[in-house]
Amino acid sequence: MKFGIVVFPGSNCDEDALHAARDLFGQDAEYLWHKDADLKGADVLILPGGFAHGDYLRTGAMARFSPIMAPVRTFAERGGPVLGICNGFQILLEAGLLPGAMLRNKGLKYRCEHVHLRVEQTDTPFTAAATVGQVLTIPIGHGEGNYFAPPEMLKQIEANRQVILRYTDAAGRVDEAWNPNGSVNAIAALCNETRNVVGMMPHPERACEALLGGEDGRVVFDSILKTFRSAESLALQGSGAGFADSRSASLSGERSR
Amino acid sequence: MIDPKVLERHGLKPDEYERIVAFMGREPNLTELGIFSVMWSEHCSYKSSRVHLKTLPTEGPQVLQGPGENAGAVDIGGGLAAVFKIESHNHPSFIEPYQGAATGVGGIIRDIFTMGARPIALLNSLRFGDLDAPGTRRLLEGVVAGIAGYGNSIGIPTVGGEIVFEPSYAGNPLVNVFCLGIAKASDIIKGVASGVGNAVYYVGAKTGRDGIHGATMASAEFDEKSAEKRPAVQVGDPFMEKLLLEACLEVMQTDALIGIQDMGAAGLTCSTTEMGSRGGAGVEIDVSLVPQRETGMTPYEIMLSESQERMLLVAKQGREAEVERIFEKWDLHAVRIGHVTDDGLLRVKERGVVVAEIPNRALTDEAPVYRRPMSEPEYLRDAQQLDLDRLGSTERLDQNASLLALLGSPTIASKKWIYRQYDHMVRTNTINMPGLGAGVVRIKGTDRALAMSVDGNGRYGYLDPYRGAMLAVAEAARNVACSGARPLAATNCLNFGNPERPGIMWQFARAVEGIGAACRALDVPITGGNVSLYNETDGKAIYPTPTIGVVGLLEHADRVVSRRFQESGDAIMLLGEGLGELGGSEYLKVMHDLVKGVPPELDLDAERRLQTLLVTLANERLMRSAHDCSDGGLAVTVAECAFETAGIGAEVSLEGVQVSRDAAVNIAAALFGESATRVVVSVVPEEVTAVLRHAAAANVPVRVIGQTGGNRLRIAVAGGIVVDQSVDEAERVWSTAIDRYFVQRVA
Repeated sequence: MKFGIVVFPGSNCDEDALHAARDLFGQDAEYLWHKDADLKGADVLILPGGFAHGDYLRTGAMARFSPIMAPVRTFAERGGPVLGICNGFQILLEAGLLPGAMLRNKGLKYRCEHVHLRVEQTDTPFTAAATVGQVLTIPIGHGEGNYFAPPEMLKQIEANRQVILRYTDAAGRVDEAWNPNGSVNAIAALCNETRNVVGMMPHPERACEALLGGEDGRVVFDSILKTFRSAESLALQGSGAGFADSRSASLSGERSR
Repeated sequence: MIDPKVLERHGLKPDEYERIVAFMGREPNLTELGIFSVMWSEHCSYKSSRVHLKTLPTEGPQVLQGPGENAGAVDIGGGLAAVFKIESHNHPSFIEPYQGAATGVGGIIRDIFTMGARPIALLNSLRFGDLDAPGTRRLLEGVVAGIAGYGNSIGIPTVGGEIVFEPSYAGNPLVNVFCLGIAKASDIIKGVASGVGNAVYYVGAKTGRDGIHGATMASAEFDEKSAEKRPAVQVGDPFMEKLLLEACLEVMQTDALIGIQDMGAAGLTCSTTEMGSRGGAGVEIDVSLVPQRETGMTPYEIMLSESQERMLLVAKQGREAEVERIFEKWDLHAVRIGHVTDDGLLRVKERGVVVAEIPNRALTDEAPVYRRPMSEPEYLRDAQQLDLDRLGSTERLDQNASLLALLGSPTIASKKWIYRQYDHMVRTNTINMPGLGAGVVRIKGTDRALAMSVDGNGRYGYLDPYRGAMLAVAEAARNVACSGARPLAATNCLNFGNPERPGIMWQFARAVEGIGAACRALDVPITGGNVSLYNETDGKAIYPTPTIGVVGLLEHADRVVSRRFQESGDAIMLLGEGLGELGGSEYLKVMHDLVKGVPPELDLDAERRLQTLLVTLANERLMRSAHDCSDGGLAVTVAECAFETAGIGAEVSLEGVQVSRDAAVNIAAALFGESATRVVVSVVPEEVTAVLRHAAAANVPVRVIGQTGGNRLRIAVAGGIVVDQSVDEAERVWSTAIDRYFVQRVA
């Protein structure tokens, strides 16, 4: 499958995402420059980490106006899988593709370290290969990862099972001491209502090689590959639709388990 | 009107002014005087240090670029080069910690990508006063936030470093920043201007009035008025630098450039002059074409501004459009501000009218060189006296308490509170994280990795600058070798007081001799660096602090070794011998509040043999962990090997030493003495014989001193248990010692 990695000026994890997709998972991968409104036929989009446009205003506040964001939105609305990592998550929030907002970390300091994450939902294209309750160890690196949503919105998010990963201790228990940034409900990753757009503060692309100290991030890439394969086989079975359109069938299959 | 007052404001001495007039054959105007003042400042001209620096070894088959360019470069095989350098930003960081440190990071990154290399790792070496002292926490928080703010944003990982707390630095903190990049060896680009008529471009941030006379400020001592110099500190914009970095690397791919240089200290003046000088050419620019952030700037201000994130480049004729187009892509505007000439002059115009005209040579090669008077400082004789027979009653203390006191000393304690504020994983190359020894990054597309370490010990420098400097080189190289990498080359950052004082100049000269001796013996030539003098506040100098950065090559990235014990039941072996040397030790400082004695002896031949052995053992996969024995001695080293391992303890038995008539002092010396050339390794039991054999062949003393396992640290000296401590408790003390100073502020 083909990964499209969106590059904003100030993106700095774009090469890492490309390296993971292309060199570690053997997939086709290409950069998508923010000024070009062209997704170059990508099957999955990654908005990588970094500091798009310097993030001097609010994180992600400028990036949502880049020309590439119009086709990204269309792609997402048609059900195409979109993953925002760190700054990419912040941009998806600013663009309204995901609900809520980011605040400065509690303690007001940037934090770079491995954290424990409990998998909450597996019916998204980026967690389909994981199991519910599985605890992943993946690094974070951010100064504004303190996820916030007002109470009503939060209630909706939880009711819709949109929380994908939560910060926990090593045993998978939610505990404020293990919440590195103060996120409400310890939310580390989130999907939209149609479950094809996912934002996460942890960096799975930093945890795909034993040499780098861990491989728990691989499950995110394995998930999208698995989802793509099952979508392809559905398409072969006669629906004739592409990945985006076959999504709902594929994902509802997941959900019924 | 140029009078003595004007000269003084420019930091120029009367005899220096006479030289200027002689060169020019006339009185300079104010713009010209300003240009001379920055180019002849200590910071740019190295006028006090140059005669000494010339004695350093700078050559070797591995060296692709020695001192004199923006950064040094070494061959790392496969047609690749490692480009690296260390630089200080001490004075600006004291005046404005966040921006001072941030722009220090920005400056060293520019030096690296200016050479055509993609920066892939940062290190820093920091010195502050005691954490309890007023102001230290504010400085530390500001400096760390500044380094993080710049490095994290631009996306270059900070993979290691060191931080020392010592009252000597209370009024003059040190911020030394190291950056390393990778380039194709054949693509290294230099800071030259040549080819008459070639266009000179300015690109990057606009020029403002910030940082005017920054270089002159860095060449003066501090006093109570220093805070008034705040406007001389620049403000960093990492986003602009990220754009410049990407755009410059893209332009360099095209082969359309003759040369490129960043505008660091002395801004436009230094870049135009040095590029012209290196190319044997002249450069003519018109300051009215320079993009400006403020209105009404004079040629003087434009030439001396140290606004950040600006580059000067010379394009090949006919390739200008190509260059301009790439910068446009990144929303940067390359502006043609002049051209290369053949007259060897720096000619500055303003709307076509010449406002300054100076031979490049007068500003660079002909800058003053001083052989300043020097003499051994008076404090030394007394400071070196250490009577271990009469240390006092602390020796009666339980050595458990001594060990915990050392582990809780901020200089030794875990720096996690600091390095977790740095993105140390971006670029997905970091295979030895901060706090585990040397920083190690793999090189994608190859099997190799690069290890790097920055080290220095100001107390040692104070007690014997020659040996202190040698020990700094040895420790940096040893840290690199402990990771399994072969040390290749070094860069130095020399932090000293006022060189016009003979005692300081003597410290400087002796330290440079020491660096030279150690670099020669260990075959790590110096490829560049920086000198920071006038590190004094109210007439009190810092400890002489040479900071050494060493870069090494690991042939197989997956054979990297860290300090941490891996398994219970492994043999713990000591490579090297302990002599119980307590002079200048952390132990004396923490337990007795003494900075006395002579630093540990260093046998450079033995050091070289040890380092070669470490590389062999790593390559043969014979050691599971390796940790250099330095601050706090063997007891602290063994404890650190046990930390962050999920509680793998150790049982160790050390030989006694005889350094005092007091038996308790002898025990402390065995535990906490800082004899050099020692490494603690852990080895699978079946491999012990092989390690013994390799060590014997390498002529390195070696002994099995114990084994890993259990959840306690038990250390015997001469047969009697003197330390028996739970790993958890020791680790708690070590890991929270710095945090607790900041706890109240963490909501």
